[in-house]
Amino acid sequence: MSRPAPASAPPAAETVGVSLRYGRALALDGVSLRVPRGAMGAVVGPNGAGKSTLLKVLLGLDDGHEGDAYLLGRPALQARHLVGYVPQRSTVDWDFPATALDVVTMGLYRQLGPFRRAGRAARERARAALAEVGMEAFEDRQIGQLSGGQQQRVFLARALVQEAELYLLDEPFAGVDAASEAALVEVLRRLNAQGATVVAVHHDLTTLASYFDWIALLNVRLFAQGPLAATLTPEALQAAYGGRLPLLATLAPEEVRRAV
Amino acid sequence: MPSEPLRQLLLDPTVVTVALGALLLGATAGALGTFAVLRRQSLLGDTMSHAALPGVVLGYLLAQGRSLPAMLAGALVTGLAAALLAQLLARRRGVKHEAALGTWLGTGFALGVVLLSLVQHQPGAGSAGLEQFLFGQAAATLRSDLLLIGAIALLSLGLVALLFHRFELVTFDPRFARAGGVAVRVYETLLTLLLAVAIVVGLQLVGVVLMSALVVAPAVAARQLAGSLGAMLWLSAAVGAFSALVGALASAAVPGLSTGPTVVLVATACAALALAFGRRRGVRLEGA
Repeated sequence: MSRPAPASAPPAAETVGVSLRYGRALALDGVSLRVPRGAMGAVVGPNGAGKSTLLKVLLGLDDGHEGDAYLLGRPALQARHLVGYVPQRSTVDWDFPATALDVVTMGLYRQLGPFRRAGRAARERARAALAEVGMEAFEDRQIGQLSGGQQQRVFLARALVQEAELYLLDEPFAGVDAASEAALVEVLRRLNAQGATVVAVHHDLTTLASYFDWIALLNVRLFAQGPLAATLTPEALQAAYGGRLPLLATLAPEEVRRAV
Repeated sequence: MPSEPLRQLLLDPTVVTVALGALLLGATAGALGTFAVLRRQSLLGDTMSHAALPGVVLGYLLAQGRSLPAMLAGALVTGLAAALLAQLLARRRGVKHEAALGTWLGTGFALGVVLLSLVQHQPGAGSAGLEQFLFGQAAATLRSDLLLIGAIALLSLGLVALLFHRFELVTFDPRFARAGGVAVRVYETLLTLLLAVAIVVGLQLVGVVLMSALVVAPAVAARQLAGSLGAMLWLSAAVGAFSALVGALASAAVPGLSTGPTVVLVATACAALALAFGRRRGVRLEGA
């Protein structure tokens, strides 16, 4: 699905030797990630592998790290507002007084500047984004009354209104029902087909091969990265996961073979 | 059909001053309380109001007399100092933020009470009404205070109107805001400052002990009814203004009745009614 980018084009997202500590524990160790433009990419690894932390570094949300981060060929801090970011759903209080449409409109607040109110044009754009994720019927619903999957779709719509070239998603399918997951994947594929780069933190190995075409295997260190077919080998998985995934031995190689 | 004593009460210029002051204070505290409740800063508010007491006394001492601006400035300084010290204790020493807030709440209030009892033995201090800052006394509002209270109300509510979308974004999803390049720390600091202002401005009316309830209760009531942040702000301001007005008039009419407890009882009654009957009505007040 990804179109070949010119060899000279800078990666959509890149880190160079990024290390980060939480107290004494090393969360990331010398990670040099290069996500090519146009990739439908996943960052994969076991719990505590530093996947979300890596996204935080790219978006300047961490409290300090070694190494450099770039987005769309520019230092990350200068380009992060050009990224469509979908945080983990659990990071906000869904009891906030707002409708689905209100939350999607918030995706346009930065562009509006600190003083301007969102007008009719902004609301229309937000409405279109809600329709893209199949949530147009819920625009007036209070966000606290939406299901987990619907909330996740609202979050994706909030990123969509930015019409970004690069989308970073943190566990977009966590706690999401099957219908919502299918809807989310369809939207991401459409974006990718239109030329956008997608990078999602993901940990469901069974769906990996069918959703993505590029992966990075992370477990504090970066074990492998590249096109899925060449990178998702049992050996690489075994290395990244260590002995921590018994299911891997039986299930994953078969999945991998089928995908390849 | 207002009875004759009530009519007289409403025409009394002192009562009009008190009522106006109460309306302004209640509306300001109620509106700003919206952010305090949504950002889970109720305890922070309580800490700042209790720790404001030593500041009130210090302001009185520095101004050498009852000067509302000096006392409120003092209250703001010691209230914010307590908030900051709690944050330091939590960050540097690993004390739980809640426990740190509780510690400074008690310390600040104790310090205030000690200062208060020392100062009250000075000649002339007894009439300054310092002890009224404990539980509030609406009747202490002077005509000249109205200007200050009005200016603070206008300034803080104007700021909320001006930066409404930024405050909304930072309150709902600070991480998303920060990733979008919004200066989240600046807006969060502004919101905390506004909470401090909301508390300090109402001290004379409600008192340090109960002030945080006037900040929190109207927002709790409003949350039950509101379907948008804008609606919640307006509803919370209305509940705050109503509670303050009723409480102030009641305490003006009944000799010896403290204003603070009366105001807070009205506000919490509103919250209880909203919780019982108003479960998530989704009022949006479009265009407001």
